Amino acid sequence: MLSLILIVIASAFFTGIIIRTKSIASGRKGPGIFQPIRDVLRLFKKGVVYSETTSFVFQIAPTIYFSSIVMALLVVPFGRSKGIISFDGDFIFFAYVLALGKFFSIISAMDTGSSFEGMGASREALYSMFAEPAFFILMGSLALLTGFTSFQEMFAALHIGSYISYALAILGTFVLMMIAMVENSRMPIDDPKTHLELTMVHEVMILDNSGFDLGLILTAGYLKFAIYGALVVNLFIGMFPYHFSIPMFFIIQFVLATGVGLIESFMARFRMSHNAQFIFVLTSVSLLIFFGALLILGKFA
Amino acid sequence: MIPVSDIPEIEYEDFFGLNTGFLFNSPERHCVNYFGYRVGKQVKLICCIADDSTQKIQISSCMVESTDSLDSFTARNFCFEKFEREIHENFDIGYKDHPWLKPVRYAHNRADQTKTIANYPFYSIESDELHEVGVGPIHAGIIEPGHFRFICNGEQILHLEIQLGYQHRGIEQQFLEKKKLLQRTTIAESIAGDTVVGHTTAFSQVWESLCGFKVSRDIEFARTIALELERMAVHTGDLSGVCTDIAYQLGNSVFGRLRTPIINYMQEWCGSRLSKGLVRPGRNQFPLTPELAHRLAAVLDVYEPDFLEMNEQMFQLPSVLSRFERTGVVSYDDVLSIGTVGMAARMSGLNRDIRSSHPFGLYPEIGHQPIIKHHGDVYSRVQIRKAEVKQSMQYIRNLLQGIPEQDDSEPSFENPKPNSFTLSLVEGWRGEICHCAITGDKGELIMYKVKDPSFHNWLALALSVRNNEISDFPICNKSFNLSYSGHDL
Repeated sequence: MLSLILIVIASAFFTGIIIRTKSIASGRKGPGIFQPIRDVLRLFKKGVVYSETTSFVFQIAPTIYFSSIVMALLVVPFGRSKGIISFDGDFIFFAYVLALGKFFSIISAMDTGSSFEGMGASREALYSMFAEPAFFILMGSLALLTGFTSFQEMFAALHIGSYISYALAILGTFVLMMIAMVENSRMPIDDPKTHLELTMVHEVMILDNSGFDLGLILTAGYLKFAIYGALVVNLFIGMFPYHFSIPMFFIIQFVLATGVGLIESFMARFRMSHNAQFIFVLTSVSLLIFFGALLILGKFA
Repeated sequence: MIPVSDIPEIEYEDFFGLNTGFLFNSPERHCVNYFGYRVGKQVKLICCIADDSTQKIQISSCMVESTDSLDSFTARNFCFEKFEREIHENFDIGYKDHPWLKPVRYAHNRADQTKTIANYPFYSIESDELHEVGVGPIHAGIIEPGHFRFICNGEQILHLEIQLGYQHRGIEQQFLEKKKLLQRTTIAESIAGDTVVGHTTAFSQVWESLCGFKVSRDIEFARTIALELERMAVHTGDLSGVCTDIAYQLGNSVFGRLRTPIINYMQEWCGSRLSKGLVRPGRNQFPLTPELAHRLAAVLDVYEPDFLEMNEQMFQLPSVLSRFERTGVVSYDDVLSIGTVGMAARMSGLNRDIRSSHPFGLYPEIGHQPIIKHHGDVYSRVQIRKAEVKQSMQYIRNLLQGIPEQDDSEPSFENPKPNSFTLSLVEGWRGEICHCAITGDKGELIMYKVKDPSFHNWLALALSVRNNEISDFPICNKSFNLSYSGHDL
C-alpha cells in the first residue's frame, strides 16, 4: 500500500523535474514542475477522435496499456511493506504484465495503418525484446542471491554489507535506469521532444491518440518512470525504518530525474542502429551481476 | 549586358555539341542557366555555361519548334536533367533520350494541363520486402510544403524521391507583369525568405546592368556586408537546427540564441530582421553609417567567443560526432554530374563559389578563398558552416576598416536598353543565384529567369540519404537546408 502511494506521488513530479532540469540547463526558465500533470488533466477533460481506418483494437489499447502499468505497480514493494499483491515469482508477473501493455500499444499503432506508426512499433518491439533478457538476468541473480522469488522478500533479504554487494547494487541501478530509459523512450535511445516522425520511437506510436486516451498513455508513462525509480530505491533501503527510507525514496527519485534531465541536455541521441547494440550491453552488465551473485554465494571454486 | 543579337544562334545539332562539349571532362565549367522562351511560335533556348577558371560565361542560343523531338543534353551530361524537364514542362518540347521527363513545378502556363500535382509519377519498386514511407506535403515542423517518398528496406533507405511545386507562385511571370521597379524588387525579396539579400542583390545587378547604371562604392559595400551577415545568421540557425535533429539540446539553444543578435542587428540597420527593404537597385536605402558599423563590431565581439566555444564543445562530443560522420555522403562524382552549387558542391571537394570564380560587389578586393571539404557527409557540411561563419566575420571586420563615403545623390535611371540580355550571378549563403533578363524592342522585360541554388541541390539531398537509415533523414535534410519556394518560384 505504501509503495502505491509513494509511487503515485513521485510520478506526479518525476517528468516535471526532468523537463525543468533541461530548461535550466539550456538557460530557459521552463514550465512548472506540475505542468505534465496539468497537461494530463486537460487531456482527461477532452473527447477522443478516432480515425476511420482503425478498429476496436485502437480504442481499447490505451486502457489496457494503462491498466497493465497499474497492475505492475501493485506488485512493487517498499522495503518491509509488501506491494498490494505479492506472491512467489511476482517479478515475472511484473515483467509480462508490462509486456502485455506494450503489446497492445504496438498493435494499436499498427492498427492505424500509418507507415510512421508501423516503423515506431517495429522499433519499440525490437528494443523491448533486447531489454527483456537484461531485466530477467538481473532479477534472476537477485533471486539466486537471496533465495526468494518475490519482489518484497528479495529486496528485504538484500543486505548491503560487502563491497561486492555495493557493486551489485550500483550495477543493478544502472541496468534498471537504462531499462527505464528504454521503456519510457527517453534519451539517448529516443528523443521525447522531437517533432520528426522519422526519428521517433514511442512518440510516433501515439500520434493518432487524442484526448482521454492520450491522457491515459501519458499518465502510464509517468507512472512507469516512478515504478522503475522505486525498484532502484528498493535495492538500497532494505530494512531501514520508514522515517529514514521514505525521505530516501524521494531523494533518490529526485536524483534520478535530475540525472535524466542532465543526460538529455548535454549529449546527442544515438544513431538508431546503435540503439540495439547499446541495449544489448545492458544484458552483459546483468551478466556481470549474475557472476557477482555467484561469487558471493561461493559457487566458484 | 549584351544585345540579344550578339548571342550566337546556331542549329540544335551544333548547340547540343557545343554545350555538352564545354562540360565534357571540365569540372571547372558548369551550366548556370539553360532555359527557353517563346519567340512567335518558336521557342528560343538559351544556354549559359560559366567557366570558373577564366571567369567567362559562354552563351549560345538555338531556335526550336515546340513539336520537335530533340536529343537531350542529359544523355551526355546529367546536370542538364532538371533544365530539360523544365523546358519540356513549359513548352512541350520532346526529348528522345531523357531518362524521365517528370514535371518540375507545375507552372500555371505549363504546356500539358492534364499533369497535376495529384498524379505525379512516383518511382516505385514492386517487392514484398520493401515499404514506402510518404512524408508531407504538410510537415510536423513549421516548414514549407514538399512531399518526400522513401522506398525503404526496413530502416534503410533505398531511394528517396522529392516532389516539389506546391509553392509555385509564378515569380518569373510576376516580374513581367508588374511594371514598377519597387514592385519587382519586392518580388525578388520574396523568392526565398531566407535569401532576401542574395536574390535582391541579383535582381538589382540585373536592373542596374540593363539600365547601364554605375553602382557607387557605398552601395557595393552595404550589399557585401549584408550578404555576409545573412550567411552568418542562416549558418548559425542551421547549426542550431542540426543540433535539434540529433537531440543535442545545448547546441540547439546556444546556436539559436547566437542567431538572434545577428538578425536583430539587421533590424537595427534596415528595420527588418529578414533584411527586407535593405537592397534596392541603384540606391543605398540604409547606408552603413560609422555608428552602425561601431554597433556591428560590438555585436560581433560578443558573438565570436560564444560561437567558438560552442563549436569546440560540439565537435569534441562523441555522441554528436557519431551522428555527423559518414552520414549522408554524396561523392565528388555525383555532385559534379548533377551540377550542385554552393555548399552542396564544396562539401565534396568541388570548388563552386561565385565569390571567387566570378567575383561581384567588393569580393574582388577581398580575394575570397572558398572553404572546401572532401567527405561530402553531414560533418563536412557542418564544418563548412562553422568555417564560413568565421570567414564572414573576418571579412566584415576587414570591410568595416574602410567605410566609404555616402553617395546621397538620387539615382537617375535610364530606361532599360532594348533587345538586351543580361545575367547576374551572386553567391548567396546557399550557393550560386543566377538571374537572367531579356528585354524587348521597347526595353520592356520579355523574359525573366531565376535559378535558385536549391534547383539542383535538392537532388543532392535525395542521393545523400541512400543507404542511410531513415531516421537520419532529418539531419541530412537540415544539413542541406534547401528552399522549397526558391525551387518552386
